[in-house]
Amino acid sequence: MNKGEVVSLIGANGAGKTTTLRALSGMIPFSGGIEFQGQNLAKVPSHQIVRLGLAHSPEGRGVFPNLTVAENLQMGAFSRKDKAEIARNLEHCYELFPRMKERLKQKAGTLSGGEQQMLAISRALMAQPTLLLLDEPSLGLAPLIVAQIFEIIKKVNKEGVTILLVEQNARMALKVSNRAYVVETGKITLSGKGSELLNDPRVVASYLGGH
Amino acid sequence: MESSSSQEFIQHLINGISLGSIYALIALGYTMVYGILQLINFAHSEVYMVGAFAAFYASRSLGLDQHPGVGALIVILAAAVAACSILGVTIERLAYRPLRKSPKLNILITAIGVSLLLQFSGQIIFGADPKLFPEVIKDVVLFEIGGVDVRSMDVTILVIGTLFMTGLHFLVHHTKMGTAMRAVSSNGGVAALMGINVDRVISFTFIIGSSLAGVGAVLVGLKYPKIDPLMGTLIGIKAFVAAVLGGIGSLPGAMLGGVLLGLCEEMVVAYFSSTYRDALAFGILILILLFKPAGLLGSLQREKV
Repeated sequence: MNKGEVVSLIGANGAGKTTTLRALSGMIPFSGGIEFQGQNLAKVPSHQIVRLGLAHSPEGRGVFPNLTVAENLQMGAFSRKDKAEIARNLEHCYELFPRMKERLKQKAGTLSGGEQQMLAISRALMAQPTLLLLDEPSLGLAPLIVAQIFEIIKKVNKEGVTILLVEQNARMALKVSNRAYVVETGKITLSGKGSELLNDPRVVASYLGGH
Repeated sequence: MESSSSQEFIQHLINGISLGSIYALIALGYTMVYGILQLINFAHSEVYMVGAFAAFYASRSLGLDQHPGVGALIVILAAAVAACSILGVTIERLAYRPLRKSPKLNILITAIGVSLLLQFSGQIIFGADPKLFPEVIKDVVLFEIGGVDVRSMDVTILVIGTLFMTGLHFLVHHTKMGTAMRAVSSNGGVAALMGINVDRVISFTFIIGSSLAGVGAVLVGLKYPKIDPLMGTLIGIKAFVAAVLGGIGSLPGAMLGGVLLGLCEEMVVAYFSSTYRDALAFGILILILLFKPAGLLGSLQREKV
C-alpha cells in the first residue's frame, strides 16, 4: 500500500478479508511477513501495533457497550500521553461526527447501529493512525447512514490517513477506493483501480449484482 | 419492652452490616476476576487466608498487640494487602495464564487445585492448629445512641470497608486503568487493538481483588480472632454466594450481595437459630440460581447489530 491511498478488499463471506485485517493488527498469528513502515509485524503483539500508527476498527464495530462514549474515545487514545494533542483529536472527532459530542455521557451500548459505527471509527482515529483498517463499516446500516459513513471515510483519507477497507458493499467501496482487490477463498483473483473494477464485467456480475 | 426490642433490632442491623461489608470485600475479588476472565477463582479464599496469616506474623514480629491502635491496624493491613496481592498475581501468572486459551473447565479445575494446594501448604507452613489473631483494636463501646451500643470494632470494620469500596469505585470509574479494566472485561480482543496490554490489566485486576481479600482477612481476624489454614473455605463460599446474589461480574452487585447476606445471616441467628446460619447462604444460592440466575444487579449484555 502507498501512503494516502484508499485500498479496498472486496469479496464474498468467508473469503479471508477480515482475516487479513486481523493478521495485520496482530489479533491472530500468521506465518510469513507483513511489513509496516519497514518493520515486520510478525512478532509484535496486538497492543503494540497501534503504537506504530496502525489502528483497526473491527468487524461488528466492537464498541465497549458498558463504557460511555467519552470513555470509548479515551480508550482509543490509550497508548498516547500527549494530552493537548489528544484533546485536539477529540475536537476533530466532534467535527467529523457532531452527534458524538451530544452523546459523550451515554453508554455506547445504547447508541444506534450507525452511531456505534461512527464511534468505532472515531475511536480508531483517536490513536492518530497513519493507516486505518476498517472492517465492514456498512454492516447492517441503512443506506443513508452508509452514505454518511463513506463521506467521512473520504474526508479522513483527504486529511492524510491511509485506509484499508474491507467491504461487502462493493459498489460503495469501489467508489471511494484508489485501488481494490477481489478476494476469493484466501486468494486475490482480481485487482485494479477502484473505478476500473467498478466497470469490470466480472466484478459487476459477481459483486455488484448487475445494473 | 417495645423500645428494647427495637434497640435489639438496631444492634443486629449494625452487626449484620459490618459482617456484610466483610463479605462484600471478599466478594469483590470473585466478581472482578469473573468479570475479566469469566473464571471463578476458587483460590481466592486461600489468598484471603494467607492475608490473615501475613497480618498475624507481621503483628507478632513487630509486637503490635502490645501497641494496639490505628497505627498497628495500618501496619497489619499493609502486610496483608502486600502478601495477598503478590500471591494473587503469582497464581494468575503461574496457574491461569498458561491456560488462558484452553477450555474454561480446565482453568476452573486448576483453580480448585490451587485452592487445595494452598490450604494444605498452609497447614504445613503455618501449622494446622488455630492461632489467635492479635487484638490491635480493642473492642470497646465508643458511645451509645438511644440504648444502642456503638462498638469500636463495628466502626472500624464499617469505616475500612467503606473506604476501600469507595476507593475501588473511584479506581474503576475515574482512572484510565479502571476504564481499561472495564474495556478488557467487555471485549479483550478489541481492548488490545486500542493498545491496552491485556495481560497487564489482568495482573492488575488480580492485585486489586486480592488486596481487598487481604483487607477482609484483617477485619475478620479482628471480629473473630481465631485463624487457621482452612478458614477460607466457608467464608470463601459465602462471599462467592454474595457475588452471585448481587450478579457475578457486577461490582455494585458484590457490595449489595455481601451486605444483604450479612444482614440475613445476622437476623437468622438472632431471631431463629444459629444452626441455620451457614445453611442460609446455600439456600440463597439455590434460590438465586433457580429464579434470578443473573443476580440482583447482573444483566446479560446484548450487542446491537
